[in-house]
Amino acid sequence: MPHITLPPNVPGIRSLFVFRPDTGGALCDLAQTLLYNPHPTLSAGERETIAAYVSNLNTCKYCTNSHAAIARHQLGEQAGIVKQVLADPETAPVSDKLKALLKIAARVQSGGKNVTEDDVALARAEGATDIEIHDTVLIAAAFCMYNRYVDGLATWQPEDGELYDKMGELRAREGYHNSSSTQLIT
Amino acid sequence: MAHIKLLNEELPGIVGLLNYRPETAAPLLVLAETLLRGPSNLTSGEREIIAASVSYWNQCHFCHTSHAAAAAAHLKSGIGLIDDIKAGLPETEVSDKLRALLHIAHQVQRNGKNVTEDDVAAARELGATDNEIHDTVLIAAAFCMYNRYVDGLGTWAPGPNEAYTEMGERMAHVGYGKS
Repeated sequence: MPHITLPPNVPGIRSLFVFRPDTGGALCDLAQTLLYNPHPTLSAGERETIAAYVSNLNTCKYCTNSHAAIARHQLGEQAGIVKQVLADPETAPVSDKLKALLKIAARVQSGGKNVTEDDVALARAEGATDIEIHDTVLIAAAFCMYNRYVDGLATWQPEDGELYDKMGELRAREGYHNSSSTQLIT
Repeated sequence: MAHIKLLNEELPGIVGLLNYRPETAAPLLVLAETLLRGPSNLTSGEREIIAASVSYWNQCHFCHTSHAAAAAAHLKSGIGLIDDIKAGLPETEVSDKLRALLHIAHQVQRNGKNVTEDDVAAARELGATDNEIHDTVLIAAAFCMYNRYVDGLGTWAPGPNEAYTEMGERMAHVGYGKS
């Protein structure tokens, strides 16, 4: 049961957006900018994969399942990489650049100071740009917030895989601002 | 030196990062303004103490010292508050309710799932409302983001507490994202 009185049948972070819409607006805007809006080089699928990976490291079931589903819908034919990245980025069939960025994301998850010059140099050697490094750090940091918000208030996190798949399809298509289906899914 | 080439390397901490990427700066500033200065049952001074405490536990010198200075500006306590926050507020008169909320914030700082029913019940017994518990959890969570952003990109920060006095006054009385 959630730690505070939240609207029933609304899962995860969506129930918190209903509880406090003014902070919800800023949190949606941040997700939209980081994950959905056009990026010079990182695809939405790659950014969602980073979000799902960090959420999994934080053991936040709701955020892991929903962002993994969004990533799969964004990646289309390459949807299979999401599961492999969550299991082990080193052996997943993704670019060496994305592997290096995922390593930076994992460092950020364990503590901002853990990112070393060597981690950054490795990413650069694989072709990562400043804005890619910046956005990777901020996506990882932001999910250290979203995950704690969702778990810290003990929100309802459904078990139903189909529900996450539906929300993944909706978010991949329409982004984070569409709330027409809030009553049903995220 | 920061891990990326900032547009203005003289700007410390998060300030240089907000200047580097205005698209993400906008929601980050709205969030800080709403959480720390928007409507809440908790005073802005209390909310800045939560932000500064979480930042200290995350060992983020820039966020800790600047938000502690903002708390000092709200509370007109003098900047001795900065080191008192580090020590767990032995010298500052704060309510038992705030101490219970700070405990919840500390649990969130470690991991969201660490917040127990007992932690929440203890805060409620001291008068904490749903809104206050919500805002405490989100402030603590948000600073787990801001701190990682600032440190994860290797930004620089002024050392001494005195260097943050003016910044704290501006954060408290002008606000976030306002000039």
